[in-house]
Amino acid sequence: MKRFVYADNAATTKLDGAVLEAMLPYLTEQYGNPSSIYALGQNAARAIRAARERVAFELGAKPEEIYFTGGGSESDTWAIRSAAALSKRGKHIITSVIEHHAVLHAVEALEREGFEATYLGVDRDGLVSPDELSAAIRPDTALITIMTANNEIGVIQPIAELSAIAREHGVPFHTDAVQAVGHIPVNVDALGVDMLSLAAHKFHGPKGVGALYVRRGMRLQNLIYGGGQERGKRAGTENTAGIVGLAKALALANEDLEEKMRVTTAMRDRLIDGILGSIPYSRLNGSRERRLPGNVNVSIEFIEGESLILRLDEQGIAASSGSACTSGSLDPSHVLLGIGLSHEVAHGSLRLSLDHFNTDEDVDYILETLPGVVAELREMSPLWEHADKEGVDNAV
Amino acid sequence: MLYSDKVMDHFRNPRNVGEIPDADGVGEVGNAKCGDIMRIYLKVDDGIISDVKFKTFGCGAAVATSSMATELIKGKSLEEALCITNKAVVEALDGLPPVKLHCSVLAEEAVKAAIADYYKRQGLDLKAEECGPVCEGCCGSCQSFDGEDVLPEL
Repeated sequence: MKRFVYADNAATTKLDGAVLEAMLPYLTEQYGNPSSIYALGQNAARAIRAARERVAFELGAKPEEIYFTGGGSESDTWAIRSAAALSKRGKHIITSVIEHHAVLHAVEALEREGFEATYLGVDRDGLVSPDELSAAIRPDTALITIMTANNEIGVIQPIAELSAIAREHGVPFHTDAVQAVGHIPVNVDALGVDMLSLAAHKFHGPKGVGALYVRRGMRLQNLIYGGGQERGKRAGTENTAGIVGLAKALALANEDLEEKMRVTTAMRDRLIDGILGSIPYSRLNGSRERRLPGNVNVSIEFIEGESLILRLDEQGIAASSGSACTSGSLDPSHVLLGIGLSHEVAHGSLRLSLDHFNTDEDVDYILETLPGVVAELREMSPLWEHADKEGVDNAV
Repeated sequence: MLYSDKVMDHFRNPRNVGEIPDADGVGEVGNAKCGDIMRIYLKVDDGIISDVKFKTFGCGAAVATSSMATELIKGKSLEEALCITNKAVVEALDGLPPVKLHCSVLAEEAVKAAIADYYKRQGLDLKAEECGPVCEGCCGSCQSFDGEDVLPEL
């Protein structure tokens, strides 16, 4: 029987059965509107309150600092637009070149509205430099937004160090922690951030629900007008089941987190070493040390990423790529270009993202399958024959 | 973005992959920076394309359009092959997503480049204009071309 290996947990994750069970009552008999005062409504209101308390606890925050949203992109957009609109400092935003598009496009939208933006570069490992951040801060800087962990290359930024610099200058600091929450320890005080975005479906919760943490004392602009939900700032009847699912998923994800990280990291390292060892002209993208436990991102030269993903799919392996052809644009991933890869090498990137739902057998199967698939595509590639026959400089 | 069944068939089982060592004409278009390179080899007998092979570096659509283009010109006269447009390739594949249309342009260009090379080797002149603009696969201008849109079933 053909195997199916899901190795795209950075894209989304499977809903945990226990999460579904926690959600089901609110999709069936407990359908009350949380704003209604009779018992059916109050049951839903209680469930949301408990979820808010749980999420706050997991992040080291207070319940009144948690706002439920429709997902990570909404949280990012809300945080950035709010901080920009309410700032008394001015119209300058600092971010990095490797942010998720939810952040980059929100900042670009502000630029069109008269803001200025500084995009901090990253080194070859994918890290933002604290010194460069210090140098970029201006008297009119309204917000600094830098992601906790990158969605493509899994690099974990030194957020505590970066946020300390922001605090020295009195600049609010937001972090997109969508890839980090539930996969590494995330505590808002340890990170020293003023705002933080997360999405439930990245840690085995449901899609379409996320949260924004906003530190007490930090003002937050209204997002949706209407009723008094989410302290009146994001009106609309709550997604009770989704919110309950988010909280349950986060609680489960953080259970035995250290042990899950250890197991996942071991699988990740075996995968990285196996790929680099068996496929010539391949390289790891992003820091090996400061990396999410489940993230593998390699460039495989002389082949194109989308073809590789489609071939792997035929073999039952779900993965992703930063090639232009999978980005829906004509340029390869801005993250891979940001760490200094050439277009040619960025086109041949492969991201395999594991988590504790994966097994050693999954890793074995990927390692058994990938070299053959790569060889087949190289056989078809007009670029490969030169490398194959003459040998090329492997320095990228 | 969705590929048609025809595109996936030609991607999974590409026709005419390989090379012809003693080819009468070879054409290569695209570049690695843009993520697509197509090379087409022709064998020509009495003005008829008796054999054709290709090698492609590129996405699923690049492989499928290469494969389809070689199928469309195999057994055809050079004149007929020169008339194969990217639109014909797209139609034969039951459509391409808009962002992939440049692949079909590359396929058309690769065919023309191979035929131009054949003429050159024969000492004949095929003017560059007859082969249309040179496509490098990344200007995006062809994305405005509207392929055959089929209303999806729900």
